[in-house]
Amino acid sequence: MQARDRIELVADREAEAEARAEAARAAMALRAITVSYGESPAVFSVDATFPRDSLIAIVGPNGAGKSTLLKAALGIVPRLSGTVTVFGAPLERARARVAYVPQRASVDWDFPTRVIDVVLMGLYRELGLLGFVRASHRERALACLARVGMTDFADRQIGQLSGGQQQRVFLARALAQDADLYLLDEPFAGVDAATEKAIIDVLKALKAEARTVVCVHHDLATVTAYFDRVLLINTRRIAEGPVATAFTAENLQATYGGRLASAHIDQLRLSEQG
Amino acid sequence: MGADFVQLSLTPILIGVLAAIACALPGNFLILRRQALIGDAISHVVLPGIVVAFLVTGSLASLPMLLGAAGASLIAVLLIETIRRLGRIEPGAAMGVVFTAMFAGGVLLLEQSDTSGVHLDVEHALMGNLESLIWFDATGWSSLLDPVALASLPPELPRIALVAALITVLMLVFWRPLKLSTFDEGFAATLGLPVRLIGLALVAASAVAAVAAFDAVGSIIVIAMFICPPATARLMTERLEHQVAWSTGFAALSAVLGYVLAGYGPLWLGSAHAVSAAGMIATVSGLMLAAACLAAPHRRRIGQPSA
Amino acid sequence: MPVPGSPIEAFLSALLLQAGYNAGLVAIGASLLGIAAGAGGTFLFLRKRALLSDAIAHATLPGVGIAFLVMVAFGLDGRSLVGLLAGSALSAGLGLLCVEWITRHTRLAEDTAIGAVLSVFFGFGIVLLTVIQTLSQGRQAGLEGFLLGSTAGMLYQDAVVIALGGVLAVLALVALRRPMTLVSFDPGFAAALGLNTRRIDLAMMLLVLAVTVAGLKIVGLVLVVALLIVPPVAARLWSERTDHVVLIAGAIGGLSGYVGAAMSAAAPGLPTGPIIVLVAFSLFLVSLLLAPARGVLAAALRHRRFQLRLHRRQGLLSLARGEPIFDPLTLKVLRREGLIRPDRVPTEAGRLEATRALLDERRFEVARRIHRDDPLSHRYDGLTPIAAVMTGDEIAEIDRLLADAAARHRREDA
Repeated sequence: MQARDRIELVADREAEAEARAEAARAAMALRAITVSYGESPAVFSVDATFPRDSLIAIVGPNGAGKSTLLKAALGIVPRLSGTVTVFGAPLERARARVAYVPQRASVDWDFPTRVIDVVLMGLYRELGLLGFVRASHRERALACLARVGMTDFADRQIGQLSGGQQQRVFLARALAQDADLYLLDEPFAGVDAATEKAIIDVLKALKAEARTVVCVHHDLATVTAYFDRVLLINTRRIAEGPVATAFTAENLQATYGGRLASAHIDQLRLSEQG
Repeated sequence: MGADFVQLSLTPILIGVLAAIACALPGNFLILRRQALIGDAISHVVLPGIVVAFLVTGSLASLPMLLGAAGASLIAVLLIETIRRLGRIEPGAAMGVVFTAMFAGGVLLLEQSDTSGVHLDVEHALMGNLESLIWFDATGWSSLLDPVALASLPPELPRIALVAALITVLMLVFWRPLKLSTFDEGFAATLGLPVRLIGLALVAASAVAAVAAFDAVGSIIVIAMFICPPATARLMTERLEHQVAWSTGFAALSAVLGYVLAGYGPLWLGSAHAVSAAGMIATVSGLMLAAACLAAPHRRRIGQPSA
Repeated sequence: MPVPGSPIEAFLSALLLQAGYNAGLVAIGASLLGIAAGAGGTFLFLRKRALLSDAIAHATLPGVGIAFLVMVAFGLDGRSLVGLLAGSALSAGLGLLCVEWITRHTRLAEDTAIGAVLSVFFGFGIVLLTVIQTLSQGRQAGLEGFLLGSTAGMLYQDAVVIALGGVLAVLALVALRRPMTLVSFDPGFAAALGLNTRRIDLAMMLLVLAVTVAGLKIVGLVLVVALLIVPPVAARLWSERTDHVVLIAGAIGGLSGYVGAAMSAAAPGLPTGPIIVLVAFSLFLVSLLLAPARGVLAAALRHRRFQLRLHRRQGLLSLARGEPIFDPLTLKVLRREGLIRPDRVPTEAGRLEATRALLDERRFEVARRIHRDDPLSHRYDGLTPIAAVMTGDEIAEIDRLLADAAARHRREDA
């Protein structure tokens, strides 16, 4: 707050170099990302730094641009401005190190294919156009399914899965990518309690393997238990940092607005007691 | 099944089968991408493409026709995309605007220009003329080994064979990215796949198939081949690989059955005149789809009410 | 004065309904039909089912063929337009039912159902046409005219039938406009009002079907769908209000029908359908380019201005906060306006503007806090100058709050 009160108008070469170095140390660094559908920006000039080896939640109200920020970071939706670096390199050169779990509802689950085929899609970079699916590939895909507790469903039709099972399959596909940075869009939305536990166990295990996990997350009650860092946005960045310091009532108030926030904060207190 | 068959029926049946397969293969992906009606749009804009190519070159040689129609399809797709984005119009309506206007332009151009000397008219464009593609010099099965007779095969046959082979090879080579981007475009994009280019290439392949099939089955019945065999196949299986195989089978079967029924059906009913083979092929493919809708093993989604 | 006998003169006389009684009737029928199609098509378009009309149109063909065969079998004149149109309406209705059934009872999507029905019905219709051509009565049946429309040599009573059909469709439209607007805008709300949405949807489909059938002879079944789609799409570019879109679409449809029919009366060699469609398409192109709200030119200008404004603002804020700027467009914008020097150091003007931008941004921050439950607060996007959305005393109040906060910080620091 105070640093902002002094308006320093120096194009500081050192600050620039420092910013670049910080971006290189981070798993992913977003600078001045703006995305606009039509005339009003969905994401406005958001900066974010996702440090390595951490479990990060992107939190904000509905329509706050959480998913859009993730998609813009991955180049799925066009950015109006801004830069993205992944492990210090431009996204295009670091794609192999990034895995993405889209929202469950973004695909047609009536598509004629099996669970194992979806997981094998995660091996696309290895298989290429014509590479033969060998027994070893299949074993790895099965191992990924095992990590999400879905081994028995490998040959099941994807149209027969419940919402939670669909989410697990998507996570297994990301695991097959064997990436260093995992970006998940609402992985806990509309899933049952058992699936929620299974997913967070996998995410924590990923972090323990020194990987970075970023989730768009909507359930304020579980932020403290699941994540170690948080990015609060509502079109703009409101706050960013370790959960202990950034996930405060004041910042939530700024993110969610008056009455809404009080309801959320009450809920938060209740869940902390419970 | 002798000389007459080889001379009069063999080539139309082969052309019908190959055209049906060439259209059904990309059709599988079009229906899964909710773009079935792109086939509708393409088959309408083939006409203006061919007319313009004819007006420019003054001949009905196959290469300029193919280029003209493929060019028209690409223009149509780009126009649809432009109108959809710029005017924020839903894709179906944007499609309807573009293909009707282009088709109307094609009809008008055709009526205005002197095409009396060549075999190019609107009715032919709509209905095709499969029956006329006979192998004049054939004298029997032995002609298949006779280079002189083979030289007089209707040029549509090698053309559609080439296109069917090309589409099959392209689909096998690009199977994985095609399937991936059809199922989950966002995920495919994060792998670095050029998803928009893949979408365009699929449309371009469909356009090439439509153009090559156009001569044989006419522009509107091409739609039946884009949609009916893959839709029937979708109801038979839950795996894309099997669906594509089924659709090839259904396409070939409707071509053969349709041709035979059109040629011999009226004779059995005591009429001396054959009916439109292209129309009959579309009808047969529709009957197969109807049967599948009523009885195929995977006709319903999970939780969909039964009839 | 145009030279008598020239094509322009013929066109003008047709336009003024002086090209003969039939041509006049056809022109009136075509414009009524255009109005009904444009306005009726709007509801279909707003329901995002525009291409359903393509299935309806193509599905008329077997009905035409069967009606002809039946009439001939009963010893009637197979060319009776009323009979043929009745047949086409029946088979189009059947096609519509097939699309509905397939979408409802199988896993196939609506676009697949539409494509399947339109191609299969059309294919079967072609089969019937080839059957009819082999009959002795079929040689002069002229059923091919239904494919692309033909008004040349139309009988007097046929022209009357078409004009009457147009009148009826327009009347039905006027009677049903309110419930149809409600249902196409918000089906849930309409149902809550106690409207029977299913029945109104059905009425909508019947109207579309009636327009299609009445338009068969003029525009032809391949292109009649254009009359139902092009005018609504063009009209949508001009207005955001449903009732206006309906009116504009009706006007565009009517104008296309009228001008197209007149042009084809002036040049009888030209098929009527394609001309009407191309007139409608030209009106659409003009709309696409020039419409003020959604037109291409307006949108392109607006987008560019928005982008530049955004980069300027973002750049100024970065300058004010001493953050480095990486985005090349931001740098370009700032440099062009003389806000930074080529070595990225801000100029005097740049400092001033940056200070202003930061002040505005802080004021907006306060404004968003004060007015957070105000639905207008999304307009506080930080790109509009604050003076554009707030009164002077509101800004003064915000500044007072800012000064208080700054004073508090200073006290805490001390």
